[in-house]
Amino acid sequence: MSFIQAFKMAVKSIRSNKVRSFLTMLGVIIGVSSVIAAVGFAQGSTKSITDTISSMGTNLIQVNIMGRNSNRNVTYNQIKKFSEENSVDIAAVAPQSNSSATVKYGTNTRNTSVLGTSPDYQEIRSVYAQQGRFLIQNDLEGMQKVAVIGTAVVNDLFEGTNPIGEKVKINGQLFTVVGILEEKDGGQDEGADDIVIIPVTVAQRLFRSGTIRNFSIQATGPETVESAMKKLEEFLAKTYKDSDAFRVFNQAEMLENLDSMTGTMTAVLAGIAAISLIVGGIGIMNIMLVSVTERTREIGIRKAIGAKRKNILTQFLIEAIILTGFGGILGVAIGLSIIHFIIGGFELVPEVYSIPWVMISFGISLGVGVTFGLFPAYKAASLNPIEALRSE
Amino acid sequence: MIEIRNMSKIYRIGDVEVMALNNVSLDIEQHEFVSIVGPSGSGKSTLMNMIGCLDVPSCGEYYLDGMLVSGLSDDQLANIRNHKIGFIFQGFNLLQKLNAVENVELPLIYQGSSARERYERSVEALKLVGLGDRIHHKPTELSGGQQQRVAIARALVGNPPIILADEPTGNLDSKSGKDIIYMLKELHSTGNTIILITHDNDIAMEAGRIVRIQDGQINEDRMVG
Ligand SMILES: Nc1ncnc2c1ncn2[C@@H]1O[C@H](COP(=O)(O)OP(=O)(O)OP(=O)(O)O)[C@@H](O)[C@H]1O
Ligand SMILES: [Mg+2]
Repeated sequence: MSFIQAFKMAVKSIRSNKVRSFLTMLGVIIGVSSVIAAVGFAQGSTKSITDTISSMGTNLIQVNIMGRNSNRNVTYNQIKKFSEENSVDIAAVAPQSNSSATVKYGTNTRNTSVLGTSPDYQEIRSVYAQQGRFLIQNDLEGMQKVAVIGTAVVNDLFEGTNPIGEKVKINGQLFTVVGILEEKDGGQDEGADDIVIIPVTVAQRLFRSGTIRNFSIQATGPETVESAMKKLEEFLAKTYKDSDAFRVFNQAEMLENLDSMTGTMTAVLAGIAAISLIVGGIGIMNIMLVSVTERTREIGIRKAIGAKRKNILTQFLIEAIILTGFGGILGVAIGLSIIHFIIGGFELVPEVYSIPWVMISFGISLGVGVTFGLFPAYKAASLNPIEALRSE
Repeated sequence: MIEIRNMSKIYRIGDVEVMALNNVSLDIEQHEFVSIVGPSGSGKSTLMNMIGCLDVPSCGEYYLDGMLVSGLSDDQLANIRNHKIGFIFQGFNLLQKLNAVENVELPLIYQGSSARERYERSVEALKLVGLGDRIHHKPTELSGGQQQRVAIARALVGNPPIILADEPTGNLDSKSGKDIIYMLKELHSTGNTIILITHDNDIAMEAGRIVRIQDGQINEDRMVG
């Protein structure tokens, strides 16, 4: 009996048992598609978090001052001077003085966050002006009341008029708008675009805050991040004499913490995926076992009229491969569609497609289908024809 | 061509032993037409299954064309069933999912014939048993007599020298039964060896030889006609 003949026979058998064939495929489809979708969701979530952190720049060091000891404070100028002395390791420093304030244009008002910083901020945090300009050194030294505003503020206050050159009131003081920031997250309220940037020196006076608690510092390269951090820590320790009064950290550390977090998440979802694969697998086993028991009589008849054991096995093997293979392909298609149309369509997380998991889930289903399609058939084909014929 | 020596078949169910065949010896020559008769449960089907290489005896020897059957491998037995024996079962044993012509061509599939040859020979065999107009019917769409005739077509399509028929007329009316016996006689006249199990004495008398079985033993073996 030729392979083509065995193939035709298997196809005929699949087509003449539509319900059984469908149920077998369903097990595979559920197993494969749920694994692919679950892993896709896990990896998408991970990606969205790491993307956010990476977008902050790779050589970024963050310094937070927590000490309350106000007579022994590190000023922006001291840190700037220290950085210039250590220009081998430190490329730039930007102070961050964060407050919230009421911004008024004509009769429109808005509460937003106001950041006082220096020109270096745009390089360090990749925040650029799309129109007009960013802060310049003269603004800081001359205490210029200028503001660079985010798109959320533009949309809310200006209603179509070009903001450049217009005057806004921040906590009652007049500022000239000199630039508009590039949009970061779609102009959402309370997002990265809901911000007004002014010179740090102006901010300190406006909000009467002497101490600047946050600094963004850029190392000269990924390899100098560590030594820059060490030097900063020594420098700050000298001033504060208390290592709890400040914190120096870097996004590599954040990424490490994140790795363990997303690792847990991936493990949980992989667990869910494994369970669905097992459930699907048991479904396949059940149907295969039931159908072969049901078909022992068929095997008996075939053997009685001259089928050899290998003819029977070839037929059942091909049936199992077609069913689980076809089910697997459908499962892959459905799983990828879930990622594309549901996870991606509703922008839950970025779309991530994992080829290894597609292959793993497909391979396992195929393995389970073939094993449990073939093993009972093997047992039935080893009976003598009369024993097989007697089974009901 | 068939030599059976001291063959026994014992079924053991729990502590009870059933001697379905008890020390049976039987020779059947080529081109014979033999009827096997006997009461229900006497061991007729058991003997027939041994002759058809479907089952293995508990003890004793069976030579088919001089070959010791118990020494053959599974595949060699499959070959013998495929080429030498046409078996008509007591309960048809057709594949319910396949139509008449697909059922009939099964032995040819395992012989490795081409699709075209299989189809032609199967249709021819179905025409021979008077079912030329039912070739695409499934077993469930055929009457009992028609199903039995599909089973006969399947038994003879591969031109096996030996035809074994286990009560082919058992659940048929006497007219259909006679048709089937007529077909078997036709096959006999074209050179086949026929072994027929029946309960019906009139039908048994159509054969050239009657073997009577009782309690797993042959208690009569005579020529007729
Ligand atoms: N698989 C089996 N297990 C146990 N006992 C069996 C089995 N097959 C047959 N027998 C027993 O062997 C004896 C002979 O059975 P067999 O089928 O050969 O009878 P038979 O002559 O063909 O009867 P019938 O005319 O009713 O078909 C019976 O007593 C039966 O109960
Ligand atoms: Mg019987």
